[in-house]
Amino acid sequence: MIVVNCPNCGPRNSSDLRPCGEVITRPDPATASLSEWRTYLYLRENPAGWVTETWYCRSGCRRYFTIERNTVTNEIRDSEAS
Amino acid sequence: MTDNRLPERPGEVIDRGTSLAFTWNGQGYTGYQGDTIASALASNGVEVFARSMKYKRRRGIMTADHWDPNLFVQVGDEPNVRAGSRRLIAGMEVSAQNVWPNLKFDLGAANQMLGRFLSPGFYYKTFMRPRWFWHNVYQKVLRKFAPGGRIHWETSTHGAYDKRYAHPDVLVAGGGPAGMGAAIAAAEAGASVMLVEHEPELGGHLRWGGADDLAAIAELVSAVESHPGIEVLTDSTVTGRYDHNWIAVMQRSHEIAPERLIKARAASLVVAPGLIERPYIFAGNDTPGVMLSGAVRRLINLWAVKPGTKAVVLSANPEGEAAIADLESAGVKIVAALDVWAGEDIVEVEGKGRVDKVVLGDGRTVSADLVVIGTGWTAPTSLLNMAGDRPVYDPSAARYFSDHLPDNVLATGGITGNGTTAELVAHGRATGSLAASRALRVRHDRRVLAARARNPEGPKPESLQDTRTPLARVPHPECYRSSTHGMVDLSEDVSSKDLVQAQKEGFDSIELMKRYTTVTMGPSQGKLETVNAAAVLAEARNMDMADIGTTVWRPPYAPISLGALAGRIFEPIRRSALQDWHEAHGASPLLAGQWVRPDHYGDPVGEARNVRENVGIIDVTPLGKLDLRGPDVTKLLELVYVNKWQKLDIGRVRYGAMVAEDGVVSDDGLTGRLGEDHYLMTTTSSGAGAVWELLEDYLQTYRPEWDVHVTAVTGGLTSINVAGPKSRDLLLRLAEGVDLDSEAFPYFHVRRGTVAGVADCIIWRIGFTGELSYELHVPSGHALHVWESLLANGEDLGIKPFGVESQRILRLEKGHYIVGQDTDGLTKAPSAGLGGLVKLDKPDTLGLPELKAAYSRTDLPILVAIQPDDPQVVPMEADQIVHGDSNRILGRITSSRMSPTLGRSVCLGLVDPSVSAAGTTITILLIDGRRVTGTIQEHHAHVDPEGVRQNA
Repeated sequence: MIVVNCPNCGPRNSSDLRPCGEVITRPDPATASLSEWRTYLYLRENPAGWVTETWYCRSGCRRYFTIERNTVTNEIRDSEAS
Repeated sequence: MTDNRLPERPGEVIDRGTSLAFTWNGQGYTGYQGDTIASALASNGVEVFARSMKYKRRRGIMTADHWDPNLFVQVGDEPNVRAGSRRLIAGMEVSAQNVWPNLKFDLGAANQMLGRFLSPGFYYKTFMRPRWFWHNVYQKVLRKFAPGGRIHWETSTHGAYDKRYAHPDVLVAGGGPAGMGAAIAAAEAGASVMLVEHEPELGGHLRWGGADDLAAIAELVSAVESHPGIEVLTDSTVTGRYDHNWIAVMQRSHEIAPERLIKARAASLVVAPGLIERPYIFAGNDTPGVMLSGAVRRLINLWAVKPGTKAVVLSANPEGEAAIADLESAGVKIVAALDVWAGEDIVEVEGKGRVDKVVLGDGRTVSADLVVIGTGWTAPTSLLNMAGDRPVYDPSAARYFSDHLPDNVLATGGITGNGTTAELVAHGRATGSLAASRALRVRHDRRVLAARARNPEGPKPESLQDTRTPLARVPHPECYRSSTHGMVDLSEDVSSKDLVQAQKEGFDSIELMKRYTTVTMGPSQGKLETVNAAAVLAEARNMDMADIGTTVWRPPYAPISLGALAGRIFEPIRRSALQDWHEAHGASPLLAGQWVRPDHYGDPVGEARNVRENVGIIDVTPLGKLDLRGPDVTKLLELVYVNKWQKLDIGRVRYGAMVAEDGVVSDDGLTGRLGEDHYLMTTTSSGAGAVWELLEDYLQTYRPEWDVHVTAVTGGLTSINVAGPKSRDLLLRLAEGVDLDSEAFPYFHVRRGTVAGVADCIIWRIGFTGELSYELHVPSGHALHVWESLLANGEDLGIKPFGVESQRILRLEKGHYIVGQDTDGLTKAPSAGLGGLVKLDKPDTLGLPELKAAYSRTDLPILVAIQPDDPQVVPMEADQIVHGDSNRILGRITSSRMSPTLGRSVCLGLVDPSVSAAGTTITILLIDGRRVTGTIQEHHAHVDPEGVRQNA
């Protein structure tokens, strides 16, 4: 169980939070092709290394925030985007 | 019965004033308070404790501690108790396990003669053919020989387990001199410390040492116990280390539970487990009476038990020498003291139930009943492995040493090198200071990281440099196997011969050899045999130990019972403000997600009928309720629901269906507009949490510029549905400030008013049951008053409470589907019959491209109402709809009940479009194999499709 830093609540067990996966941009649903849409739905980079992820502080302040996590070492650092 | 108890020893842990009576295989024995099961039996002259797993060889004490592979016993209804560490309790019923028919005479011992057939891979090779033989013969016979005790699940009294969470700055694994030194130094530096010791007392190897050792323990224990910053857990084991120092501690013999799993988040972990003595491989090395030097020293010094009368000692280190001194002081005759450095050796031990003769390296045969082995130490690098370390073999010291550790894991004590007690304590103290320094910096960071965190008291502590003087690596001979072959893994009955054969068959990597022969896979999990197995392989392949590697130590370090892993479940139970009332009035409980709800009050059908005829009230509090405020609420509703939300006047209610981004129906509910910028959204009971998270997600990450505040009010408002033709008559008696006339307050409208004197109630005119009905959302603190007022004022109207089951009957009669019951994880919007509701011309809504794609398809299943042609047949939910007499599946029944209103069965089902037209006859395959016919209905509603009742 890793520790994730919520910007409001501080370090928390990951079970207090919900992982929402890699940050991904939602295409414009009015113009996106079905193929583009399904890429958004299902396809992720899943790199071995640093990835920017969204987490949700579901048991605390209920904020969605982003962090950077190394998928190999589980090292975590603040994301510039958050 | 022999009495092997010695006169009082200075360091003994037994209380001779407290005798404990217990039984062993039905026979009465006594021991003392402080005895282990094994020491108590040994003091009474018991020599054989078990039969080995495969060959049923007699086995006795080998290590006299938790890792002893020969000391698994049954205690009452608890199997696989480790007699080497479990403390004796008065009245224990102890028996040997893995014996048939009994310990003295075991039929399975014939396997010894078949030994050459029970070679590695024997099971894989032998029990393959003929196939049918496996089920009928092999399995039944093998079960008889299966190791392990008996589980008495019918009568088990071993019920309560517990869980705990802890957040020490420093967690020290191991309470020997180094571990205690680390704990003291860390606590002195201001860290909170959890000190975990595997044995029931602190002290490590000093406990069975001499007077100086005992004095050193007393001093250290006193310092540990007097420091308020140290929590000591004895008879507890650190079983695993996971990412970010998430550490599992198994606490045994806790006063409120036989086992408690502690999940600790430590800023620093200090690994100080000491060393584990390893056996030596030679013919007959598993004969009762062959013991490790630590075992005889423990038996003599802790429990005052004389381990034998005539001993041969093979020693390669000071601990072996100390064992000779202890044996002599206990009156054991030393027949031969063999020095490994001088090339002396043991070749073979003969004897059946006990060591009888020992063949020495020089060819002599001597008579003895005890063989003491002190030929080496294994570093239990388990926790280091789990921290990513890959320990490296040092041939000069004949053991493995840590290679590289992350900053938050530090090692000290015997696992890092050798030293006097003072040197071990000093190294431990230096390690503890370092661990504390790192931990306090982490603690400081935690206090400045978060916006809402407490501020630290001072500046960030200085980073301490690692200036520890490493402990020396004292030279030790590589002493693994004699010139003969013997047991390597005593728990699994794997011999060195088996390993050599496996290597010859091509399983010549340590990991492959392990899986093929099961070496290290028994209860001792490699503690005693991993290094010996690697040594045998290295010898067979003529390679260096360092190049062979070892198998990876994985968690758990010590076994954890499944009960402890399950532990206490922390999932909260949610109760509405009325649940006490329901329980006091005979409600049958229904667990729905986190909620406990009334399923019915004894007569669900009668309760449902009463709603159709008179008036009923139901507690629907779990219904998700989200209070939405702000100028952009309409935009949010347009985004998350498939239908349109502009032009919803204040006081109006609209139905909304929600799909996920993949077009699958995810939730539905009603939303009412209470004010200019104020809406109240309701969701399904099961979807309440998910919808809330979804709204926050899109508001925070997708449209942060929208001005909407979402507040969950599910528990704050108690929801009471008043349903039935007389519901308006009832409310007229209790409501104030609301015109209940059907013209002024028609169906699908919402009002605010006072009910039974309670202001700020929200009154919805909606109808899941299909009846005229009002749903009251009452501030929860006043809910019981409103509920009881409704009952009191409705007495003459025939009011009755009804539960979830009645509501299910009523809604099915009305044809209202339930998301998740009548839909599944593949049901897209058109399948649920949302046809006209979905607006594909919106610029943005969840799953829009998938919705467009779904609406261009003609092959998606369709939700329809079905009536079995025989009105008395009530299909089960999930019964299949098939094509005629074939088993081709065309759909399934999703909801099914006997309708009290119609006196016939009614269903909803998802069916293939080819059979979805009204009037089509379908075949339903019942669970008992019968096929019955049913007819697709025109409307979802079986009762009142025109809606006359709800609009009344």
